[in-house]
Amino acid sequence: MDTALAMPDLTPALAEIILAIGAMALLMLGVFRGEAATRAVSIGAVLLLIVAAFAVLSQPAERVLTFGGAFVMDGFAIVMKCLVLLGSAVAIVMAMGFMKRENLDRFEFPVLIVLATLGMLMMISANGLIALYMGLELQSLALYVVASFHRDSTRSTEAGLKYFVLGALSSGMLLYGSSLIYGFSGTTNFDVLSGVMATGGVSIGLLFGLIFLLAGLAFKVSAVPFHMWTPDVYEGAPTPVTAFFAAAPKIAAMALFLRVMHGAFSPAMAEWQQIVVFLSIASMVLGAFAAISQHNIKRMMAYSSIGHMGFALVGLASGTVDGVKGVVIYLTIYLIMNAGAFCCILAMRHKEGPVEEISDLAGLSRNQPMLAAAFAVLLFSLAGIPPLAGFFAKYYVFLAAIDAGLYTLAIIGVLASVVGAFYYLRIIKVMYFDEPAPAFAGPMGREMTAILTVSGLFTLLFILYPAPLLKMAEGAAISLVPAAVAEVMPEHATEAPAAH
Amino acid sequence: MTGTFPILSLITFLPLVGALIIFVIRADEEVAARNARWVALWTTAITFIMSLTIWVGFDETTADFQFVEQAEWLGNATNYHMGVDGISMLFVILTTFLMPFCILASWESIQVRVKEYMIAFLLLETLMIGVFCSLDLVLFYLFFEAGLIPMFLIIGIWGGVRRVYASFKFFLYTLAGSVLMLLAIMAMYWQVGTTDIPTLMAADFPAEMQTWLWLAFFASFAVKMPMWPVHTWLPDAHVEAPTAGSVILAGILLKMGGYGFLRFSLPMFPIASDLFAPMVFGLSVIAIIYTSFVALVQEDMKKLIAYSSVAHMGFVTMGIFAATTQGVQGGIFQMLSHGWISGALFLCVGVVYDRMHTREISAYGGLAKRMPLYAFAFMIFTMANVGLPGTSGFVGEFLTIIGVFQVNTTVAMLATTGVILSACYALFLYRRVIFGALEKDTLKNILDLNLREKLTLAPLIVATIFFGIYPLPIFNVTAVSVDNLVANYSAALEAHAATDSSVPDFASLGLGR
Repeated sequence: MDTALAMPDLTPALAEIILAIGAMALLMLGVFRGEAATRAVSIGAVLLLIVAAFAVLSQPAERVLTFGGAFVMDGFAIVMKCLVLLGSAVAIVMAMGFMKRENLDRFEFPVLIVLATLGMLMMISANGLIALYMGLELQSLALYVVASFHRDSTRSTEAGLKYFVLGALSSGMLLYGSSLIYGFSGTTNFDVLSGVMATGGVSIGLLFGLIFLLAGLAFKVSAVPFHMWTPDVYEGAPTPVTAFFAAAPKIAAMALFLRVMHGAFSPAMAEWQQIVVFLSIASMVLGAFAAISQHNIKRMMAYSSIGHMGFALVGLASGTVDGVKGVVIYLTIYLIMNAGAFCCILAMRHKEGPVEEISDLAGLSRNQPMLAAAFAVLLFSLAGIPPLAGFFAKYYVFLAAIDAGLYTLAIIGVLASVVGAFYYLRIIKVMYFDEPAPAFAGPMGREMTAILTVSGLFTLLFILYPAPLLKMAEGAAISLVPAAVAEVMPEHATEAPAAH
Repeated sequence: MTGTFPILSLITFLPLVGALIIFVIRADEEVAARNARWVALWTTAITFIMSLTIWVGFDETTADFQFVEQAEWLGNATNYHMGVDGISMLFVILTTFLMPFCILASWESIQVRVKEYMIAFLLLETLMIGVFCSLDLVLFYLFFEAGLIPMFLIIGIWGGVRRVYASFKFFLYTLAGSVLMLLAIMAMYWQVGTTDIPTLMAADFPAEMQTWLWLAFFASFAVKMPMWPVHTWLPDAHVEAPTAGSVILAGILLKMGGYGFLRFSLPMFPIASDLFAPMVFGLSVIAIIYTSFVALVQEDMKKLIAYSSVAHMGFVTMGIFAATTQGVQGGIFQMLSHGWISGALFLCVGVVYDRMHTREISAYGGLAKRMPLYAFAFMIFTMANVGLPGTSGFVGEFLTIIGVFQVNTTVAMLATTGVILSACYALFLYRRVIFGALEKDTLKNILDLNLREKLTLAPLIVATIFFGIYPLPIFNVTAVSVDNLVANYSAALEAHAATDSSVPDFASLGLGR
């Protein structure tokens, strides 16, 4: 282990270093070459993210600590970082065409996404409260700017402002919680913290700190009752930004959530479990019911993402290796479905500009049958109907919940998914049963078609070969919750852990 | 048997191949529609012929699963496991048997989006066969639930005026019932460590756990069956669905509920089944009597037949939960025979609907004069629906009532009144549509059955009469499996009753026959 004065081992943070230097270089390129370089910067950003993903994949799966124990790299971090990098890269690709059409193509956008991604990678690897806050703020600040990127639109600036004010509030709560935790345990390091709690028990001060920390984290994953910003931000932000918000930051925040709860606060599981159960139930139920009355598809997707985070939290609430496995599977499938769904939403535009009403989709199955079919597959999958991928996402989190004996949570959860099915079906109904509305303008663009095809085929064909994803998720889960390896189901106990 | 030819997978996924072929057809609207129809017809016909090979190759002397296939899927606790026994095999045949008629019935009545329609039907066929062949709970659930997607689209796109309401109701009712079953499947997985159906059948669940699991499965199957009081989605779905959709709905989808009771509830949760049997009897009797009365006042032909389906399914649940050899045999037979009889009745309604575009009973009358052949076919199926001896409808009802009589005489007596009531509504319908004077101007030029319709209805008439007179081919297939089921069931109950001696009385196992 390094001492504080020696130069820390930089290899585990290779991807972060690449992104940080790369982001600066891209910014320079943009500044000196001007708006003409936007496309080059976008492509450069995507390449940068891909290089970073290779850097992540080159890391060993064993747990490595650096920067005085504040930064951790393990199998779990590898998987989550790859998901985040994938989500960010897809978001940049999806934005290119849209931003050009809407005259929003400024080089700052991809740079900001790269910076936000850097923050997310930091979050995933945070092994201490300070690293956690650093990563979170770097990500959030970049996201605030991105949300109000359409600065001439009142809706977009309103979204950014709302996000900023509420985000600052949540950061404050998180910071306050962190200070309480530090005050009552004398450490900011997660490993030491869990040791303190394991020996000294959970004092009332620590409990308060935990609750404030949870509130801050719940805000970042937009779990009810800290979800209020989500619908407004989703609706107001430019659509590719919404697509980005719905995926990568949620995954990073959920990864952080998992690490804090299973790492630092594993001795306090009895305490946080009940809170997470509540967050989960509230998110699933509110997400399902509130989405029903929405007319704007982006707003509906906001409530849908609230609901989905509730389902992912089911896995966390169970507090087992299988729960973590479920969350990883859930987030992976969610990321891919979401990318496809937003491709379809981005295809919703008339000559005058993009449209966002659900009724604009009427009769899409006649005008653009392939697009409608792909969207229908994704919506059925988001609703969790077998044999599509979304079913397996829900299957694994509920499997963990049943194992943990959380029957009430599971029953409310599956019933909420039935209510949720209603609003997804409503879109399918509009596309398939209603008389055609005016057709959308123009083809989708090659890169969008590619993303949608991959996403749709993955959703459809996941059932044929689920083994790689299941193995990957299990490896990630075991590396995050090493103490629980012995508790894994009998038939898994013989397998070597963490083989990627 | 793992090394043998994967015949079940072939039958299951052959329709999917047909659907893919239709999917890649690129031609102008007219040609594509014609090609889609022919591809669908050939696919379903070939699937039917292939499926007959499992009947021919079926070993009637064993209760074990046959034609078993196994492959790695979701890790070693949940695998791709297929197989049939005496209970499930005939449902596979029923499915493949009815499908070509559904395609034929849609030949002219479906004119818009023919390609998508045929794809949806072939997809549905794959999923339905899969339900009856799966020997893994997760696989079963997958097929069971996935069937909602094509059926939702069939009702919603090609349905009647209130199709949106009906399709949503169908989808959400069924889904709500099924998700609870999914949780029960998960609980069973953690209890036994596998979702393999044969293993779970041998497993002993604690009595209290059985109660909860039984209720969760019941929630799903009761909706699917459908049992009173969760039957209300069925009349709506039937009325709005296109003819072929109704045939599939009544002929096969409803049977999944009964099949589920036989495959899961009875063998896996015998103690809970015994505990809840009186409740099932009560609900069945209400279904038989109440829905028969409801059927009596219907003005819509399809709705009338839909309510009569609910009543007939009441006989099935009653027979199954009597858990006697006759009751279970009767339940299976009733499901099979109702499969083609109700299917045929919906086809009969479809025939006049295609000509007149109304299902109102009052819009018809005196059809016997212009349509003698139609009147003949309709009469056969009406009599079969009533349960006239000599038709297949009689055998099932009679056996279920005998089966229940051994267990509960009152229930049997009340159920018998349902037979009388079914005669009332069925004959009433027949009289108003077929007999009387041909007064309405719109009916003056109505044409009798054409060749396609004759070809559709004739095999169903043959089946109705043949199995009514000679039901043995069906009983031969089911006998050993049913005896085994009933014997295991009573053994489990005895073992539970004699809790102090943990060894069940194995001598009684052979007495079931």
